[in-house]
Amino acid sequence: MANKATIVTDPDPIFGKLTWDSIPFYDPIILTTALVVIMVGAGVVGAILYYGKLRYLWEEWLTSVDHKKIGIMYIIAAFIMLIRGFSDALLMRSQQALAVSDSSGVGYLPPEHYDQIFTAHGVIMIFFVAMPLIVGLMNLVVPLQIGARDVAFPFLNSLSFWLFVVGAMLVNASLFIGEFAATGWLAYPPLSGLEYSPWVGVDYWLWALQISGIGTLLSGVNFFVTIIRMRAPGMTLMKMPVFTWTSLCANVLIILAFPILTVTITLLTLDRYLGTNFFTNDLGGNQMMYVNLIWAWGHPEVYILILPAFGIFSEVTATFSRKRLFGYTSFIWATVCIMVLSFIVWLHHFFTMGAGASVNAFFGIATMVISIPTGVKIFNWLFTMYKGRVKFDSPMWWTCSFLITFTIGGMTGVMLAIPAANFVLHNSLFLVAHFHNVIIGGALFGYFAGLTYWFPKATGFKLNETLGKWAAGLWTVGFFLAFMPLYVLGFMGMTRRLNYYDNPTWNTWLLIAGAGALIILIAICVQFYQVFASIRDRKKNLDVTGDPWGGRTLEWATSSPPPFYNFARTPHVMDRDQFQYLKDHDLAFKQPAEYERIHMPKNTWAGIVIAVLSGIMGFAMVWHIWWLAIVSTAAMIVAFIVYNFQRSKDYYVEVEEIERIENSYFEQLNHIENNDLSNDTNEVSKPGHSLSITA
Amino acid sequence: MNTLTQTPEPGYTGYVAQEHHHDYAGDSLLGFWIYIMSDCILFATLFATYAVLSTGFAGGLTPKDLFDLEFVAVETALLLFSSFTFGMAMLGAQSKNMTQLLLWLSITFALGGGFLVMECYEFYHFSNEGAGPTTSAYWSAFYGLVGTHGLHVLAGMLWMIVLVVHLLRDGITETNHTRLACLSMFWHFLDVIWICVFSMVYLMGVM
Repeated sequence: MANKATIVTDPDPIFGKLTWDSIPFYDPIILTTALVVIMVGAGVVGAILYYGKLRYLWEEWLTSVDHKKIGIMYIIAAFIMLIRGFSDALLMRSQQALAVSDSSGVGYLPPEHYDQIFTAHGVIMIFFVAMPLIVGLMNLVVPLQIGARDVAFPFLNSLSFWLFVVGAMLVNASLFIGEFAATGWLAYPPLSGLEYSPWVGVDYWLWALQISGIGTLLSGVNFFVTIIRMRAPGMTLMKMPVFTWTSLCANVLIILAFPILTVTITLLTLDRYLGTNFFTNDLGGNQMMYVNLIWAWGHPEVYILILPAFGIFSEVTATFSRKRLFGYTSFIWATVCIMVLSFIVWLHHFFTMGAGASVNAFFGIATMVISIPTGVKIFNWLFTMYKGRVKFDSPMWWTCSFLITFTIGGMTGVMLAIPAANFVLHNSLFLVAHFHNVIIGGALFGYFAGLTYWFPKATGFKLNETLGKWAAGLWTVGFFLAFMPLYVLGFMGMTRRLNYYDNPTWNTWLLIAGAGALIILIAICVQFYQVFASIRDRKKNLDVTGDPWGGRTLEWATSSPPPFYNFARTPHVMDRDQFQYLKDHDLAFKQPAEYERIHMPKNTWAGIVIAVLSGIMGFAMVWHIWWLAIVSTAAMIVAFIVYNFQRSKDYYVEVEEIERIENSYFEQLNHIENNDLSNDTNEVSKPGHSLSITA
Repeated sequence: MNTLTQTPEPGYTGYVAQEHHHDYAGDSLLGFWIYIMSDCILFATLFATYAVLSTGFAGGLTPKDLFDLEFVAVETALLLFSSFTFGMAMLGAQSKNMTQLLLWLSITFALGGGFLVMECYEFYHFSNEGAGPTTSAYWSAFYGLVGTHGLHVLAGMLWMIVLVVHLLRDGITETNHTRLACLSMFWHFLDVIWICVFSMVYLMGVM
């Protein structure tokens, strides 16, 4: 915490601002967490060394450029960060439940700590949970859906992933060494300026976001080129699967929005490090420009999170309703409209700034207009289910919960878009309730639906269905209990980010919200147990056909998990729902007569090495250890150049190896086909086409 | 059967009859072009910042006091001419003429270096006159925008050195040609940005 005593104003040439006092030994909460993290970390490292898995880990995962493995690593990292982000949420809920003047007084979290917690919660949930979940799913699914063998730039993909990991590690380091920003998740100056945040918290924020943001930007370019140039022959844009379409739009948003974040963060960095006056109170600086810039990135960012989730719901709804998505074309155009509109609504985040009635009216109306294409999508999903043969597997539970929850969140969004109402509601818990309503009930439920849906594709076995339904149910109940009271509290005048309050009538609602958070805690525990139980019982849930749900798109046309080259022969696409088309024409699950050798990228050390060096650079910059920052930056450039001069970055997979892998898959398939009629107990192991009906 | 689907032609198997060779160079060129577009947004943001802060002198020095258009004209000429010489280098690459390629690349490098030296001198001079990056919001924005462009030029020159080593090692291969094409796009892009800097910062600054 920013005890004035620990702030070093005269940095040491070797250690910069870093001293023993930088480590919060005096705080029992942090110290205990640190010890647990260190013990768990040591345990994991010890286990890896004990079982001699270091080489395996390095060769098969850390240096991998396989989009499927990178996707899985993104998702694992996201869940680890979810634990941290959600712990922050529980701390806030419990603090607010306790900190009323007529009960136990001030709660248990001092203001500086509480401020860091709500900042870290927002930063972690958006940048290090939601973003990796969706980028992870894109990695896992998009190349498979378009019939490609990898992304366009496999090395950049690895680099992007490791830059994200390094960003997350910097945020985590701030918990134990120094402090994190206490400014709110977007770090508005002048609060985030040197004068009011003199220690290292904001610097951690700056470098964590800068590093992971550049990773995201590289991902955006990578996936855009992948989708534009690597689709299988015959897959025109309007034959692209919906998730790929929504991912394409999200990546366009990344390419257009993330440079704004890069610049905004850099300018704040210059203000803090070199004493420039971009956002200062004096010498002509303009704080409002920061707010404009950060939201010019921030608003598209929320659509980067939600558009791919819309794509997931479309895939799930079509598959489990056993028919085509209703109104594919309208859905795509709605997505593109949202993509464009998302750039002209940023001002609704600060109607109260004083831009004037006309400006506010424009942005208010533009915001409301977005609800039209979004409404179109709701009807796409509803009419897909209408007269479909709906199967309520757990992805459908998430989808149905989403449809109701998200619609409520959308409507409160339209309320907030009315500038006059916004003057009353802004900065209140009504706003907090609204954005959790759309991010949890929209984006996050979508990711969970997608994770359940594509889990067998990634691993070769399904998740436990019963536990999945429990998780969806508990999340839904928990969500409504935790956030509906916040709408009420918003109307009652409670502002956000309160550490302490003296209005006892709020307390009841905060207790209900706290209970909701506990139910979400149970839901998350169920999810972790679901993964554990599914791995334990994987033999019962094996997906030997590669098509466990009766899927419609190309990712289901290969084995689960797919071979590292995805498709032994490049698919030739005829239809939007290509795999369903193959099944309808009895062309699915047929082994090609012959194979050709396949060109594949080799693994590379460069991604993880460059990223780790960037992490050292970030840490050195945070603590003003200039020599280390210079050395690590130089090392990054050298590493990049060395990689650039490396000659063999790719190789050919020979026909013999492909035949061996493919033969074993088709042997499995034949085995099932032969046993299919006699042994009908295990529905999962049947090829999906026997379950499907044609619309 | 859905009415949208067409019946497959006889012999259709669901996969391509013949595996085709993927055009990796095309991926790189498109990817790099998209990167440049994102860089464009980066500069657009800096230009917007500059515009917003263009009167934030805080009572201190203004561009009118310091800008020397003749000096900037020489700077501009160096950079614009370097775009032309890079074009000549690309012609050398097209005709697989290594001497021509290296000669024109060296000239481009020298012109880029000259531009950077002049820019550094200008920054040094302004700072000495009392207009450093911390003087006022205007000067922060000035150094932020012009300096970012300068850093890009520096990166381009570093890349040029790396590329020359590649060329000396492997000759004008397809990969190296793609690399050259990317660097060429980058270099011309920096020229376009400079034209905007020249107009918006220097010309409007003395108006």
